[in-house]
Amino acid sequence: MASAKPRVKVPKSASAGEVITIKTLISHPMESGQRKDKEGNPIPRQIINKFTCEFNGQPVFSCDIEPSVSANPYLEFTAKVSEAGTFKFTWVDDDGSVYTDEKEIALK
Amino acid sequence: MKKYLITAAAIAMAGAFSAAAYAGGPVDENLVIDGEIEMTTRTASPEGHPLDELISGWHYRTKETRALEADTFENPAMLFVEDGEQIWNTVEGTEGKSCATCHGDASESMAGVGAQYPKWDADAERPINIELQINKCREERMGAEPYAFDKGGQKPLTAYIKHQSLGEPVGIDLSQGDMQSWWEKGEELYYTRTGQLNLSCATCHEDHNGEYIRADHLSQGQVNGFPTYRLKQAALVSIHNRFRGCIRDTRAEYPAAFSDELMALEVYVTWRGTGLSVETPAVRQ
Repeated sequence: MASAKPRVKVPKSASAGEVITIKTLISHPMESGQRKDKEGNPIPRQIINKFTCEFNGQPVFSCDIEPSVSANPYLEFTAKVSEAGTFKFTWVDDDGSVYTDEKEIALK
Repeated sequence: MKKYLITAAAIAMAGAFSAAAYAGGPVDENLVIDGEIEMTTRTASPEGHPLDELISGWHYRTKETRALEADTFENPAMLFVEDGEQIWNTVEGTEGKSCATCHGDASESMAGVGAQYPKWDADAERPINIELQINKCREERMGAEPYAFDKGGQKPLTAYIKHQSLGEPVGIDLSQGDMQSWWEKGEELYYTRTGQLNLSCATCHEDHNGEYIRADHLSQGQVNGFPTYRLKQAALVSIHNRFRGCIRDTRAEYPAAFSDELMALEVYVTWRGTGLSVETPAVRQ
């Protein structure tokens, strides 16, 4: 699988007060740290350990992710939209990398 | 009056067919990808076809599996298609070329191309599929090693190329070269019983599609969605791998991938899906 690449699906617009579904997916090997290579040496853990979603600077959803989550973690959640604005998504990698994506939403 | 009677008869027949819909049969739904691309998953068969109606394997799968294919965001195979896009743009071999060097933007240059394979290859004097076409390009134009069967970038790149034809009707040209005789050879293989279980392709996919085989539904065995994502393998599965899997399951020895036998079978089975939309990458059980 290619290196980490985030993808997000958010509706382009919503009515004020509408509850929308947000889907996120990031390609990532999610190496658990439990596996060994061909020589028997442990493969170091490298996972996405945290995900957050903010809307206009306000937290919407966040979670810690643990090693048992499989490769290419997919997260789906809902959010109530009362104004137009920008969703910001952040994934934090064990190696310190931070992957982000942004999606705008307009009011109908 | 006569016309009225014919209409009434047609309605009665339609009623009889819908009454015959049983568990395991195709569902009566439409596949629309991302709410935009309307797919032809049921169509009238071409002339000389043994089946009355061609039905994509999508109709035989569960609601959850069908939903995965209808949304490219949720379709797990799209990750591999994206890998394929990366390979398309990666320079390999002694000539310093990538696929994109010659073919440019795949969404333009490859639109509709995947729907027309297998094609006649005049140099090799046999039909070739997308996989072999890629290998031909790699050897002759890029100076790169050809991919071994199902190895390296073969599956993702094939899926990426065929995905550019998403929604296009399958239609191969049997008038090219000697395609017709390969079609005939493929037809013969399709109806030849093999293995200890003594099954032909037709036994399951023509005579018993819509019925159960153990706990699973038999489809018509259409190949319009290959390479297909199988949930069971959590990976893309190529046409020749699927052919070999089926032949193995009859408890027969199976031919090598890209052998004359399997190429002939691919020509014939692709023709059996004429008019169905290319669904690559389809999602199956």
